[in-house]
Amino acid sequence: MTETQNAILAEGLQKRFGKVVALDGIDLAVPGGTVLGLLGPNGAGKTTAVRVLTTALRSDGGRAEVLGIDVAQHPAEVRNHIGLAGQFAAVDDNLTGWENLRMVGQLAHLPRAEVAPRARELLDRFGLTDAADRPVRTYSGGMRRRLDLAAALVHHPPVLFLDEPTTGLDPQSRVGVWELIGELVDDGVTVLLTTQYLEEADRLANRIVVIDHGRVIAEGTAAELKSRFGSTVVEIGLPSEAAALRASALLARLAVREPEHEGTTVWVPVCEGPQVLMDALRTIDAENLEPTSLTVREPSLDDVFLTLTGRRTEEEPSEGDEPRKGAA
Amino acid sequence: MSAATVVIDGARRRRPLLVDAVTDTLTIAQRNLITLRRVPQLLVFSTIQPVIFVLLFRYVFGGAIRVPGEDYVDFLMPGVFAQTVAFGAMNTAIGLATDVNTGLIERFRSLPMARSAVLTGRTLADAVRNVLVVTLMVAVGFLVGFRVGTNVFGLLAAMGLLVLFGFALSWVFAAVGLAVGDPETAQAAAFPVMAPLVFASSAFVPVESMPGWLQAWARNQPLSAVVDGARALMLGGPTAGEVAQAVAWCVGIVAVAAPFAVRVYRRTV
Repeated sequence: MTETQNAILAEGLQKRFGKVVALDGIDLAVPGGTVLGLLGPNGAGKTTAVRVLTTALRSDGGRAEVLGIDVAQHPAEVRNHIGLAGQFAAVDDNLTGWENLRMVGQLAHLPRAEVAPRARELLDRFGLTDAADRPVRTYSGGMRRRLDLAAALVHHPPVLFLDEPTTGLDPQSRVGVWELIGELVDDGVTVLLTTQYLEEADRLANRIVVIDHGRVIAEGTAAELKSRFGSTVVEIGLPSEAAALRASALLARLAVREPEHEGTTVWVPVCEGPQVLMDALRTIDAENLEPTSLTVREPSLDDVFLTLTGRRTEEEPSEGDEPRKGAA
Repeated sequence: MSAATVVIDGARRRRPLLVDAVTDTLTIAQRNLITLRRVPQLLVFSTIQPVIFVLLFRYVFGGAIRVPGEDYVDFLMPGVFAQTVAFGAMNTAIGLATDVNTGLIERFRSLPMARSAVLTGRTLADAVRNVLVVTLMVAVGFLVGFRVGTNVFGLLAAMGLLVLFGFALSWVFAAVGLAVGDPETAQAAAFPVMAPLVFASSAFVPVESMPGWLQAWARNQPLSAVVDGARALMLGGPTAGEVAQAVAWCVGIVAVAAPFAVRVYRRTV
């Protein structure tokens, strides 16, 4: 029990389904009260990692603990302390919101007298009181996710696993879910969050681990990853394509990588924004080139992701890309 | 050390495992029965097919079927009851496959509940549903001229036997539903198993009317045993041997299928 500061700890986790290697030696450490963003493309092993940590699946190798409790040796004990909100809202469509939370409260063995008040409290907190007595099948996507999140919290778990909590939600509902997660973190809950949305990890996570093909390929804070794998980009619009081509050639010496150009626009990746921007303007001014537009884009996690995996993240991942059943 | 303090806060009163298993089973059963109440179509659809069979065999084919010593409608109805609970057991497969599909089972797995309760709660709820369905079918039987030859206790015992049979088959189909993991496949996978069980049996025609090779199967399979047991209890005649054999089949099926379904449950999802 030397690692009690880490609410979640995984060392060399391995899992294969037949020939497919889902986890190829993953290490994770999430200090209590912090949020770890687990980032990766579809099929990278995010969901498999969550399922091992939540005791739904046994790993083939390595070990993992939650609050210092080994997940393979004491799965029942681990389940007392974790909440899971899944990729697909795991609530019962035919039950009302209230009935769903009551069921979870009973199954989590809350003292009988606490079940109803806790369900009401959560419905209230998640803005579902008006819909409490309606079957969930009448809920919108955002309401379902909020109920799913509420269901994960019924038994006050200090450790929360959120597996793509906003996949498939419209932007407004997504922000709503983010705010709720933010409040939980303020309450001191430890969160492991998997996501394909870089903006989500950027906004919620203290630290980010990027995985691909079942391996950790990078980790750090969002800022660290951006400065390591992304760069500030100066975007300059010019009056003509010929001018853009010339500007691109002129600015190459300021750039950390070859500038890109398309049509009348030039993108110059630089390391230090403001200073280099001045130089860039002087350079093109000296050649009598008039910029028609000028934008400085801070590095985004999208750049990081592209650099690391060679792929953009998909904006709208199709549901069901990761198999629901591990039966493969 | 905030994590460690929360652990103490989260420590719950410990209850004996058996108490957990029973209360969790009731919670899951309650959840499934709420679904039944809220989607009554499920109940209606599971009785439409047997009602059609009643009408078909009572009024279309029945005239051509001779049963020694009995009115055909009296011979027919216990067979239809058994058919009803047998096909009804497919609901267990469909229900569990749906839960796998929606991810609800994943939630159950992450909760500190008794793991067996997902299955026992489901089969218990399906048994309650069968009580309703069998009662409904007995009423339909009375409407088309079915008469009990023994007494009310015989009738109730027969209904109990039928519900027990449905419960036993529920365990078989629990394993099927978990293994296939999607409702449509569950339904498709169940039918080929059901057809020889239901139709190559003593449910609709006397076994003696079948060719010899088929008689061997029809005489020695569980659905025939249950139909014969139910007939004896409802119509009269020697009951002890018939009923004992039917109950033995049911107990045997549960003894094999339940541990198997639990194993599939631990493996899947």
